[in-house]
Formats: sequence, structure tokens, C-alpha cells
Amino acid sequence: MKYLILILALLASPAFAVQPDEVLADPVLEARARGLGQELRCVVCQGENIDESNAGIARDLRLLVRERLVDGDTDQEILDFVVGRYGEYVLMRPTWIGSNIILYIAGPVLLFFALFSGFFYLRGRGSAQNVTGADLSGDEEARLAEILKE
Amino acid sequence: MIIELGHFALILALAVALVQATIPLIGAHKRWPGWMAVAIPAANAQFFLTAFAFGALTYAFVTSDFSLKVVVQNSHTAKPMLYKVAGVWGNHEGSMLLWVLILTLFGACAAWFGTNLPPTLRARVLAVQSSIGAAFLGFVLFTSNPFLRLQNPPFDGQGLNPLLQDPGLAFHPPFLYLGYVGLSMSFSFAVAALIEGRVDAAWARWVRPWTLAAWIFLTIGIALGSWWAYYELGWGGFWFWDSVENASFMPWLIAVALLHSAIVVEKRESLKSWTILLAILAFGFSLIGAFIVRSGILTSVHAFATDPERGVYILFITAFFTGGSLILFAIRAQAMEAKGVFSMASRETALVLNNILLAVAAFVVFIGTVWPLVAEMAFDRKLSVGAPFFNMAFTPFMVALAVIMPIGAILPWKRARLRRAIKSMSGLIALALAVGVLVWSMQTGRTALGPVGIALGVWLVGGAVADLWMRTGRNEFLMRIRRMSKLPRADWGKALAHSGFGIAITGIACLTAWSEEDIRVAHLNEPFTVGTLEVTLLKVNRLQGPNYITTMGELSVTENGELITTLSPEKRVYPVQEMPTTEAAIYNGFLRDIYLVIGDPQQGGGWAVRTYIKPFASWIWAGCIIMALGGLTSLTDRRYRVAAGARKQRKVAMAPAE
Repeated sequence: MKYLILILALLASPAFAVQPDEVLADPVLEARARGLGQELRCVVCQGENIDESNAGIARDLRLLVRERLVDGDTDQEILDFVVGRYGEYVLMRPTWIGSNIILYIAGPVLLFFALFSGFFYLRGRGSAQNVTGADLSGDEEARLAEILKE
Repeated sequence: MIIELGHFALILALAVALVQATIPLIGAHKRWPGWMAVAIPAANAQFFLTAFAFGALTYAFVTSDFSLKVVVQNSHTAKPMLYKVAGVWGNHEGSMLLWVLILTLFGACAAWFGTNLPPTLRARVLAVQSSIGAAFLGFVLFTSNPFLRLQNPPFDGQGLNPLLQDPGLAFHPPFLYLGYVGLSMSFSFAVAALIEGRVDAAWARWVRPWTLAAWIFLTIGIALGSWWAYYELGWGGFWFWDSVENASFMPWLIAVALLHSAIVVEKRESLKSWTILLAILAFGFSLIGAFIVRSGILTSVHAFATDPERGVYILFITAFFTGGSLILFAIRAQAMEAKGVFSMASRETALVLNNILLAVAAFVVFIGTVWPLVAEMAFDRKLSVGAPFFNMAFTPFMVALAVIMPIGAILPWKRARLRRAIKSMSGLIALALAVGVLVWSMQTGRTALGPVGIALGVWLVGGAVADLWMRTGRNEFLMRIRRMSKLPRADWGKALAHSGFGIAITGIACLTAWSEEDIRVAHLNEPFTVGTLEVTLLKVNRLQGPNYITTMGELSVTENGELITTLSPEKRVYPVQEMPTTEAAIYNGFLRDIYLVIGDPQQGGGWAVRTYIKPFASWIWAGCIIMALGGLTSLTDRRYRVAAGARKQRKVAMAPAE
């Protein structure tokens, strides 16, 4: 009985990520396939790319990418083909099209503004008057005056 | 019975929290000592009541009380004891209870160790802390009650997710929560200071140890999670830019910025309102993180079973505390006037730059994380933002930070000569560049990532050593060594944390640049080569574990005919959940890890075997641990301990004069 469970469990277990039978013989093409694998999302998984994923559909996509590579497609052609089928959702790196430009420029723009305002703040601090004792209360001022008199 | 007592204790804790959130606040406003003093016993009571509730839930897990719904859903009698206990926080309800427990623990700590605080500030800090406690106690009781019983208890539970049955992950959540929730202390201090209308050097000195403690825990928690991903997920990735990982990373970045800006408040009485804002943002990001994890609004591998009602409740908490404190900030921030005067070239400027880089980096992570949501709601586009985007958009900030860090660390306060600072570091700059070029020439036709990472590592670690060395003055060698050992612990902590950052950067860059991989069908006793290594599959055994069945391979790894190690990677199947996990076997070396994974048996005979050579992998986590140790060293600095004693003495001395 235990052995039966074991066999069933082993048979049922999904394949883990890239399998030996998928790997292309040409190391250059395989390296390109890996690069593309990082850029494509497994559509049924939770934020995994197709190289990391154990899902069947990810395996199909890995095989598809390799088939096209062997046929001589460029990386961009392959990405376009997959996007044509599944939509831009499969791209791990958002395109530079339309509203996505906001995503890309938000960081640099904020950095620019931060450096700009930081610069003016610092320049202000450089020329500011050194205020000492400004935050003392009335009692503390009196005590200070007393001490200074002595 | 114990369960019902625990449930009742939790309800009582909520009642106490409501009292503590209001009475001391009124007391502080009216200057009524009695009302203010309520905060201390209340903070104690809140903590002990929550601790009792947590103990009761743990008891239910340990004794496998299957009349409790959470225990049924997340435990099993065959599970090892460690995971029965870890199962308490391996689910949504229990982890929220842990969250509340830590929240009340920090409140109680403020009551215990805050005796040197001005009474009004302490009352306000405890009241604000308790209002957060009340919000989350309400959340647990009304939407995620772990003490719900079942009408018909089953004979056995459904077990814990096998991926979570791992020592690394058993301790990952408690550390992470100590970090997240620890930031609530800085938040409470910030809000209390806004109500008080006063931020000064003393305030910064009180708030910094709390932030430091939270940051240490957060660092360890994130490192544990990443280490777990590295060895458990079966292909050696350590950071995925998953939305939940980002949720933990944003508060970390802001906490680092806060630690540094609090130094400026403490030493130079400047950047006050900015520091307050960072304290609010740090905890705000913790809350947003909790929202992301619990609501399931962003897809993630880590998400708990989710429920829209809970999401709405947490969104409400997040909006209330972040929004409320930001409004308060807008009203009161002008009151915080800066006092210190300093020139453009100074330590202050370097720390401002540090804060800009860290805050903008956190913002970049934030916008990348929420962009899929924004794009869907505002532009009707379904899209993903994954690792390639974050690597591209985030890395430049860390490189810039690493480049300025050693120079900034040696600049004097107020007024510095930049040229002189660079000149004193010129030897180190030359060394770092030379090492980078050397590495560049040794590798052929690959990315600049490795050389740049190593050069930055040399620069950061060397910079930390040079910083300590320059503090010892112009003396003979032995005298300087002696002086070095007597430097304040804060200086040592800073040097350790900065070099830890350098070590981690080196590890990440080298691992990413030079990882080698081999995937193949291995036949028994037929050696194959990977890089300079020769790997042989010796045998494959099938064994029975406590609650799993395992396929364990035995592989020998030799290099130049010499045996380096024999490794036993496993593939486990947990029958209760019908779920397989991979247990990679890793040889941890100083310069490289050898990482072996065994897969499925193949049809034509043989087994799928994956071999990775991961250069400098251990450096990533070593760097994190050194960073955390740096924080710990800094935390034990004399000035934090002295501050308490000094104040007491002054009180005694002043008493007869009045």
C-alpha cells in the first residue's frame, strides 16, 4: 500500500522548472532561450517566470521559445509572438508604450526633484543664522541670565 | 477551556488598548499625572493578556486540538513538534495574533525602558502605540479570529504547507514581524512628537535605538527568507522582486534612511521634519505591506488565503494611521525648526544624499510593485512588472549609494574639504579600481557586473577599515591599534554595517554574473563534468520521513581527481497535501557553493540532475548578518545607556535646589 502511494505520488508530481529534455544542444541558442525565459511570465502562476515555474503551460512556452529559436527567429520576434497570443501580461519587463512611460520615468523624475530640493535646502543651511537658545522657555531664559550674571 | 480563556484574554486586551489609547492622551494634554500614569499598567496588561492568548493558541497547536478551525486547517498529528509550534504563525489568523503580540511587546518595552522619557511624551507614545494595538486587536477579533471552534471536529488536520516545513521558514515570520512592528515604535514616537510639538536631539536619541532594533530584526528576517528561497526552491534564486518581498524591502530601505537622518537630528538638530516624515513612512510601508500580503490584491507566491473583507479592514487601518499622521505632519511640521548650520561639503550633505537615494529607491520599488494595479484600474491594461524591470531601475541607486558611502562616512560635520577626503582615500580608490580591472581581465567576454561588484566591495570594506583607522590620530602603529579598540561602539557598528553592505553587494554581483548551470539526465556511476567539477550519481534511495516520502540521491563531487564532497539532494512528497518539495544539497564554500538538485526518474533510465556552481553565494547572507551585527554593536553604544543614568542623576541633584 505504502509503495503504491509512493508510485502514485511520484507520477503525479509536476516537473521542476527547465527539464533535461528541453535543453538545446547549441549552447548559444540555449543561453538565448534562458534570457527569454527570464522575460516571460508563467500566465497561471503567481509572478514566476517560465524558467522557474513547474506548471505545464510554462513548459509549453519554454518548448515554444526553443522551437522558434531553432527556426531562426530573433528574440524580439519571439517575444512579439508570445505577446500576440497571451497579451502584454506575459512580459516581465513592461513595454515602453503609452502609460508605462510613467512607470519608467517616475523614479528619475523624483530623483531629479529630490536632488533639486535637497540642493536648495543645503544651500539654505549654509547661509542660515545659527540660532541658539531660541527654544528655551521663559524660565530657562531667566535661569540662563542668572548664570551669566554670576 | 484554555482556548476560551485565551479568547477572553484577547477581548480584554482590546478593552485595555482602547483605554490606553485615550486616557493618557487626555492626561498629557491636561497635564494630569494620574491619567498619564494609566499608560504604564495598561501597556503591561495589554502585553500579558495578548501573550496569554498567544500561549493558548500555541497550546492548541501543540496538543493538536482539532476542535479549532485554524488547527485543523494548518496542522497534523504526524508533524514534527517544531512545525506544530511554527504552524501557529504559518497561517493568516495565527500570524496576525503574533503581529499583535509583538505590537504589545514593543508597547510594554516602551513602558519598561522609557522611564527616562518626559512623562507627557511617554504617555503620548504609549497612547499612540496602543491605538495601533486596538486597531489590530479589533482586526483579529472581528475578521480573523483564531479561536473559532468547529461543530464537528475531524480526527486529523490538513497539515501545514510542506514548503513552510523548514527551519529557515519557521523563524522567518517572527523576525520579519519584529521588524515590521518594531517600526511602529518609531511611528508612535514621531506622532507623539508632532502632538508635543517638539523634536530635539534628545528625542532623536530616544527614537534611534527602537528604529535600530526594528531594522536589525527586519534585516535578519529578510535574509532568512531569501536564504530559504535559495536552498528550498530548487534552482538557487535568492530574490524574486515578488510583491510580498518588495513589501518587506520598502520598510527596510526607509528604515535605513531613518537611521541615518536620526543621526543628523541627534548630532546637528537638523532634518527634523524629514526624520519625522521618514518615521511615518517606514511604518506606513509596513502597513501597506500587511495590506498587500493579506488582501491578495497583488498576486504573489507568498499570499495567505485571502478574503476581501480583511483587505478592506487593513486598508482602512493603513489609511487611518498613515493618512492621519500625514495630516498631523502637514499641520505641525513647520514647528520643527532646523538649527544646525553646515556647508555644502559636510557629513550632513552626505547623509542628505544617502536619504535621497534610499527614499527614491524605495519609491521605485513601490511604483513597480503597485503598477500592475494602477495600470489595470486607470488604463485598463493587464500587465506584469517583474525582476528585469526592478534590476534595471533599482540597481543604479545601490551603486550610487555604495560609491558615495565611504567618502561620506569620513567627512567631518559642519564643514569639510571634499578634496582632502578624497585624497586621503586615494590609495583605496586606486586599489578598488585595480582589483576591478584585474577581475575584468581575468574573465572573458562577460558582463561588467562581476568586476564592478568586486571593486565596490573592496571600496566599501576598505572604506570602513580606513574610517576606523583615521579616527586613531597620528600615532605609532600599536598605539593606533589600541585606540581603535577603544573607539565608541557606534563607530564599530557603523564600520561593520557598511562593510556588511559591501560584502552583500559583492556576493550578489558575483553570483549573478558567474553562476554556472548544468541540467542533464544522469545515469548511475557515469561521471559528468560541470565547469571544473566532476559529478557522479552514486545511488538513489527511497526513504520514509516522519510525514513525507523521500527520494534521496547520493552524488560525489570531485575536482582534479580530489573528492570535494558527497551530497544528498532529496525530492520529498508530502502525502497529506499531495505536494512535492525539492531539498537541494548545498556544499557551502568560501568562494563558491556547489548546489545539487535531483529531479524525476527519466523514461530511458537515469535521473534528472541539476548542478549549479554559485560563486560567492554565502557572501550575500554573511553580508546581511554582518550588517545586523553592526546594528547590534551600535545598539549597545554607551550613549544610549548613559542617557538613562544621566537623567536620573540630574533629577536627584536638582531636587534639593527647588
